[in-house]
Amino acid sequence: MKCHADKLPDHMHNTHQDSPQADPRASALALRDLRYRWPGAASDVLDIAELQLAAGDTLFIRGPSGCGKSTLLSLMAGVLVAGSGELSALGQSWSGLSASQRDRHRADHLGYIFQQFNLLPYLSVLDNVRLPCRFSAHRAQRAGEGAAESLLQRAGLPEAHWRRPAGQLSIGQQQRVAAARALIGAPGLVIADEPTSALDEGLRESFMDLLLGACAEHRSALVFVSHDSRLAARFGRVIDLPTLNRAASAGVPA
Amino acid sequence: MKALLSLALRSAWNRRFVLALVTGSIALSTLLLLGIERLRHDVRENFSQAVSGTDLIVGARTGPVQLLLYSVFHIGNATNNIRWTSAQALAQHRAVAWMVPISLGDSHRGFPVMGTTRDYFEHFRHGNREPLKLAQGQPFAGVFEAVLGAEVAHRFGYQLGSSIVLAHGDGAFHENDHDDKPFKVVGILAPTGTPVDRTVHIGLNAMEAVHLDWQGGAHLPGHKVTAEEAEHDHDLSPKTLTAVLLGLKNRAAVFSVQREVAAFRDEPLLAILPAVALDELWDVVGVGERGLLAMSALVSVVSLAGLVAVILAGLNERRRELAILRAVGAGPRQVLLLLALEGALVTTAGVALGLVLGALALLTGAGWVQSQFGIGLSLAAPSAPEWRLIGALLGAGGLASLLPGWRAYRLSLVDGLSPRI
Repeated sequence: MKCHADKLPDHMHNTHQDSPQADPRASALALRDLRYRWPGAASDVLDIAELQLAAGDTLFIRGPSGCGKSTLLSLMAGVLVAGSGELSALGQSWSGLSASQRDRHRADHLGYIFQQFNLLPYLSVLDNVRLPCRFSAHRAQRAGEGAAESLLQRAGLPEAHWRRPAGQLSIGQQQRVAAARALIGAPGLVIADEPTSALDEGLRESFMDLLLGACAEHRSALVFVSHDSRLAARFGRVIDLPTLNRAASAGVPA
Repeated sequence: MKALLSLALRSAWNRRFVLALVTGSIALSTLLLLGIERLRHDVRENFSQAVSGTDLIVGARTGPVQLLLYSVFHIGNATNNIRWTSAQALAQHRAVAWMVPISLGDSHRGFPVMGTTRDYFEHFRHGNREPLKLAQGQPFAGVFEAVLGAEVAHRFGYQLGSSIVLAHGDGAFHENDHDDKPFKVVGILAPTGTPVDRTVHIGLNAMEAVHLDWQGGAHLPGHKVTAEEAEHDHDLSPKTLTAVLLGLKNRAAVFSVQREVAAFRDEPLLAILPAVALDELWDVVGVGERGLLAMSALVSVVSLAGLVAVILAGLNERRRELAILRAVGAGPRQVLLLLALEGALVTTAGVALGLVLGALALLTGAGWVQSQFGIGLSLAAPSAPEWRLIGALLGAGGLASLLPGWRAYRLSLVDGLSPRI
């Protein structure tokens, strides 16, 4: 994270006053006494005592579906806000921000990869990768010229595909483009929600190589959720969500 | 905003087939709305061009609008004629500068025939006080001579010297032709864009001559008068007229002359001011115009409802798209804006297409309308009322687009990153 901040031009730190600036020394993610309950629900879906992720670290969260992992990822991304407790991303507590500030913070500092259907079918591959830069001047400035191209190159996507509509790509290619999009502008935190579940084994391995390698290179922390335990060995830390989540026994679907 | 606009454009382009249908329906309703407004305006413009410089029109007592319609526009028929002696009395009035008699009733191949005097060519004015101009030839002098309006000559290819046959009444029955007394074309008027273009002008004495052997709308059996006999052996001074046009020495006297005509002793007469009668006509026609405008406004509402329905219907399949936008940092308000922009873009495209279609329709159809109805339509930049209609359409489209925008806003809040599809 630190070497990242060094890369930034000096004026960057001043131009972005309306959005909370991430503290590069802060941990990528910090949870304390987090509880979440869906509106109108009788019991909590999440109840987590503590979870810390240092800048640049990788975390594997293992959990079957229905243990609240989608909810947890939405909380981490600041789309949902915890009912009680504390959740900070890159030193900024989500609950301390207004709704539009949370959107701004997410646009500036987070990358997100879905299980599948990550891309807007009506945009070209390149435009999909650049999508976060449309919503964040900070991200665009950090990425600079040619970032999308070099990320796609790194993702091994043939140049002939770059200007095609994203809908024409295979699923494996789409997931790689999604990884490139999550990583453009070197966000402090990348969240991946079972991104390999639709890929077969060969594609899965190369996708993992790409994602982990690029995160390491950009010093982006990675939270990776999957029920596929075979992938766990490649991560710095592994957490079992049902163990972590004290509300898991309630069995509320995620 | 710029980022959202280009996203909205690309997204709309991605669903161009269904949106093109909506665009087409908005274009057609724009065409309808603006077409009716343009037609309304141009018809009024044409009507108000038809007569100018005439202070009073005098005819048998009837409604002012009716008198105006049959005397100037040759629409409908006079219920009663006035006596030639009355017309002469009016011409002698101290306030009257000139008097032009008009006698109607016959036709030539669907075009009205008007009996008048040479004074007509001297005193009649149209548009902005423009006098009539002869493109070829001269006013009629002999009995069986005719001066054609530009449209009549053009339609049938008549030249100076052509021979034409008048029909009694509207010419519905061939037996009613005045074929025993053909007319020679001696003059062709320059186009005026008024009913004059569609009129065959003959002398009052000629009108009398063709009807010598007629009575009560039919040939008198066994009573034949040849053209030569009519011209030389008969008194061709007119007995009755349809109406007279009066010009006053001083316009200020118009109301007192109007009152005097109304009090005319010998027979019941009516004098109208053309502009006032025209205003009365617009009052009557205005009800219909407003009805038409209301109908076409409703059509526009229906097409905008179609737009909202199409975008709303597509929204459910786009919940994944909304989640992606949320994940890359779009707020629900930006999602609302994106959808509203899409609707506004489609509306704008539809209105623009409608304007183009309208211009094309004018370019291709104006000639036909001119020849069929004698109404000149002009291709011109939108007028102030048209701009208001365009603005209303765009505004209504923008407002309507807020509806799918609002729905997308709600969806993106409820769904967050995990759309429930």
